[in-house]
Amino acid sequence: MATVPSVALKRTALHAVHKALGARMVEFGGWEMPMEYSGIIQEHVAVRTCAGLFDVSHMGQIEVSGPQALALLQYVTSNDVSKLRIGQAQYSALMYPQGSAVDDCLVHRLGDEHYFLCVNASNTDPDFDWLLKNNSVGAEVRNVSSDYSLVAVQGPKAAAIVSKVTEATLADIDYYCFCRTTCCGARGILARTGYTGEDGFEFYFPVAASERVWNSLMEAGGDEGLIPAGLGARNTLRLEAGMALYGHELDEETTLLEAGLGRICRFEKGQFLGREALLKQRQEGVRRKLVGFEMTDRTIARDGYAVWVEGKQAGRVSSGSFAPFLKKNVGMAYLPPEFTNVGREVSIEVRGRMAPAHLVPLPFYKRRR
Amino acid sequence: MYPQELLYTKEHEWIRVHESTGTIGITDHAQKELGDIVFVELPQVGDQVTMKEAFGTIESVKAVSDLFSPVSGEVTSVNAKLQNAPELINSDPHGEAWLIKVKLTDRGQTEGLMTAEEYEAYVQEAAAH
Repeated sequence: MATVPSVALKRTALHAVHKALGARMVEFGGWEMPMEYSGIIQEHVAVRTCAGLFDVSHMGQIEVSGPQALALLQYVTSNDVSKLRIGQAQYSALMYPQGSAVDDCLVHRLGDEHYFLCVNASNTDPDFDWLLKNNSVGAEVRNVSSDYSLVAVQGPKAAAIVSKVTEATLADIDYYCFCRTTCCGARGILARTGYTGEDGFEFYFPVAASERVWNSLMEAGGDEGLIPAGLGARNTLRLEAGMALYGHELDEETTLLEAGLGRICRFEKGQFLGREALLKQRQEGVRRKLVGFEMTDRTIARDGYAVWVEGKQAGRVSSGSFAPFLKKNVGMAYLPPEFTNVGREVSIEVRGRMAPAHLVPLPFYKRRR
Repeated sequence: MYPQELLYTKEHEWIRVHESTGTIGITDHAQKELGDIVFVELPQVGDQVTMKEAFGTIESVKAVSDLFSPVSGEVTSVNAKLQNAPELINSDPHGEAWLIKVKLTDRGQTEGLMTAEEYEAYVQEAAAH
């Protein structure tokens, strides 16, 4: 079952905490990370109804600064960085010229000429290299991943919990905004962002404070029902919320338009990597489109399973799972645009058998605000 | 931890043999490895199962796995409770959450299986690597 890694896996500063909590550890993107503590379903439901605490320190951070910082980011990312106020963040993608993503990321504006990117763990080095390679304008680019730990408190009780341990006034931090503040005695960046479909916070802070921050949050959240949550729940939560995962919905072959991310393709901002390819595709139409589906019977579709429409193999499942809060078997898949109407019946090939499914709108789950 | 009266396979199934009937399930170690179990697909009464071959599948939130039969024989009973309560496999894998019962073709097939002590040592050795 578990494979023996050929190279030493990296560990976050909270590794000993996870072991002490009895977490099941797995390899993810070159890191040894907690998959689950009490169980994926319990952790998932806690985040939907209460709150969960995640160690996501494996994620990478890259700082871009200097007079040319904006110019570089406008060129290499698809969203419009000029729209960011100081203290605001945006979802975006680092782009290939062919309109696909090197990675998806969050871009935070820390200061006038100072930006902070949060990127996927396994893509951190390629992202950093890509920024350097395309940095003809001469911005300062630094990979600061090893300086930061990152924890996420997610769920309807997240604000109540975090408010006990920070000097920041959380009501002043809107969704996709952040502030530099003290939380659990550590100075860091507290952002109202997340990857679960719930309200919540992500806190970037110096590695040395990791255990203190984790323990203070657990203590502050104990009465509210906060429990540690692993990558297993993180994946099912983001799937229910219809969010893309790099390597599944996004890769070098898939354009942002195919992935349904037209909202982060800001053509009006001017030149950027991939702009021409995306404009051409917008005009000519996409070859395939991301859809959501729900299994009609009790079968569970898994990543990579073939999707059949009208007797032909038409695409593949990009992510599929039991959805613990909805208690349905759902997934996302890429299909030719003519087959993507909601309600359409499709078949998923599951171990040589055709299992019925039907297309549903994304996201599967949307929280009430 | 592992009941003495059961015999165990390297694929983490157990069998309890009483006269010519074998009751088959998965071990506590297996359910822990799988995590929350959400679906199990089992054969029907009257189907034949074959030693070391897949007779069904078990799905947890994160993965799907085959179930391998410790013996050959004909299925005489299927645990109907698991259809609507697959999580029983997590809570009572060696007891209430048995999977199928089979009429053994050859009782000699159980000779190569592990005892509780042997299985415990096998699991510990696997964990050490």
